[in-house]
Amino acid sequence: MNTIYLDNNATSQVAPEVVEVMLPYFHELYGNPSSMHSFGGQVAARIREARAHIATLIGATPEEIIFTSCGTESDNAAIRSALAAVPDKRHIVTSRVEHPAIKVLGEHLAKHGFRITQLPVDGEGHLDMVAYKKSLTIDTAIVSLMWANNETGVLFPVEEAARIAHERGIIFHTDAVQAAGKIPIDMHASTIDMLSISGHKLHAPKGIGVLYVRKGTKFAPFLIGGHQERERRGGTENTPGIIGLGKAAELALHHMEKENTYVKDLRDKLERELLERIPRSHINGDRHNRLPNTTNISFEFVEGEAILLMMNELGICASSGSACTSGSLQPSHVLRAMGVPFTMAHGSIRFSLSVYNTEEEIDFVIEALPPIIENLRALSPFWDTDERTGTAHSQSRTRGPGESSPP
Amino acid sequence: MWEYTDKVKDHFLKPRNVGEIENPDGMAEVGSIACGDMLKITFKLDEHKRIKDAKFKTFGCASAIAAASALTEMIKGMTIEEAAHVTNQDIAEYLGGLPDAKMHCSVLGRQALEQAIGYYKGGPVERPEEKIICECFGVTDKEIERAIRENNLHTVEDVTNYTKAGGGCGSCHTEIQTIIDTVYAGTKPPPKPKLTNIQKIRLIEETMEREIRPILRHDGGDIELIDVIENRVLVALRGNCAMCQASGQTMKLLVETKLHELVSSELTVEEVS
Repeated sequence: MNTIYLDNNATSQVAPEVVEVMLPYFHELYGNPSSMHSFGGQVAARIREARAHIATLIGATPEEIIFTSCGTESDNAAIRSALAAVPDKRHIVTSRVEHPAIKVLGEHLAKHGFRITQLPVDGEGHLDMVAYKKSLTIDTAIVSLMWANNETGVLFPVEEAARIAHERGIIFHTDAVQAAGKIPIDMHASTIDMLSISGHKLHAPKGIGVLYVRKGTKFAPFLIGGHQERERRGGTENTPGIIGLGKAAELALHHMEKENTYVKDLRDKLERELLERIPRSHINGDRHNRLPNTTNISFEFVEGEAILLMMNELGICASSGSACTSGSLQPSHVLRAMGVPFTMAHGSIRFSLSVYNTEEEIDFVIEALPPIIENLRALSPFWDTDERTGTAHSQSRTRGPGESSPP
Repeated sequence: MWEYTDKVKDHFLKPRNVGEIENPDGMAEVGSIACGDMLKITFKLDEHKRIKDAKFKTFGCASAIAAASALTEMIKGMTIEEAAHVTNQDIAEYLGGLPDAKMHCSVLGRQALEQAIGYYKGGPVERPEEKIICECFGVTDKEIERAIRENNLHTVEDVTNYTKAGGGCGSCHTEIQTIIDTVYAGTKPPPKPKLTNIQKIRLIEETMEREIRPILRHDGGDIELIDVIENRVLVALRGNCAMCQASGQTMKLLVETKLHELVSSELTVEEVS
């Protein structure tokens, strides 16, 4: 059975070119880039090149790139550094739809003497800019808002948000893990202070990430140790990972146009056909202002995990925001924050494509999914097979008692 | 990815008894779309009052579908009395087990069956004094208490896995813990009546003879009661026990545990030579 991989926001395949450039650094060029001998020293030169490729991808200078182990480390390092830079300020502003690397970190810090504001979003996933401006106080140390949402692909106006933060002298960080490599990023033209990237979301391996720190931004290291990364991140360099990420960044730049034409067209076709063939299906999030590779579709009256496992039988890989797949008993915090009704949130499926997907694969999914949904709906007490429509006893919005706005 | 058994996968991919029986003898609808699980079952009896046919409709994940399919298979051929004894554990066992976090699917099946039987017997079972503990999932104190007893649950996390209670905002965790504590507090023996000195000494002697001596004698040792002063029990070890380095600890632990359990928790044991 062929695998049809439409879960690239979860992780992506390492590009063959990336694997190729990495391989020598395991067995042949395994030297430590900090060593005095040229066996190690030659690796340092390759790391410099990789750093330059990353910098080029996001319009930064190489000195502004810090290699980390993952997106989560980058996020943690950014927030902790900002808090250390302004020790008298105890307030953090973020949003209700952030990735757990920011959301849970914020909630953790809230238990340790910090105050956190999680900004609301509207039904399409847009940030509430009025609430944002109101939330900023003299006590605010850092704002951290994601560039692109991992579940819906919806983009936040991070440039505007950064300017607003800077007017008040507040440090601005963005989790750009889903955005990097998919949409153009130009830090040269931006005012964002810190930005997180994860290698495995853009066809580099797992275990490598980047934190961009704008020149002149006060930075306190998260991992303290050796003098690596100009004493901003201790620990011997993940040489193969860095070399791989360098290549992946080069490829991402090369594929940027394809991502926004070819991949977007495939995504649009998938979305259009599924919505047309499957009644009572809806897109979650602003369909115009989002990543080109992501679509989040709700199929009413059926449950996401069941859909995923049925697709799994056909080799199709995707994700769901249903309760059964969220690791908690409630549907995805992103869909809940958007107020998506329960009938839709439990039946939400995220498809996230990459340049490696083909039109044949998309056509296969377009043919395969309607009967899956129909079969599951035949089991559903909410669905009337003859009428091809459903009724739910509870049409209530997903904002439950646990979702009251934080103070 | 959940670790489902082959039986769960089989019942999910090829669910048995899907649908609704017209003019059923028993029927029930439990759960809600908000909770992410909903199950509707119907059954029909034959002339011998045995369940002739049972059908289900489920909105839910793979294990919810499998549990409902399993339940309908299990109860076919049963009398109402037999069906009333089906527990959530039985459903889980039929499927070769469910992941901990999915046990609530089996509980949903048991609830539906119970309500369907209630319908057959004439109207829903009255539950006058139930109180909603988990607002997010609408779970009552009685349901939580029952899941704790039937499945021997000891932590809030267990309760969430089996009933969903506490799986939302988490504001009811303290209340759930209180229910757990109350359930297990109820299993402790009632406080013993106050003993006279004579009764106390007699009971201590009896306990030592019956519960402690056989254990010590097995190792070639023995114990002798020297005196009882207030709640201090003075004893002397004999035989192998007297020579044993670890005897102090062993004796204290063993004798005190038994005396606390069977005589009074206020007693302390002291070794004298």
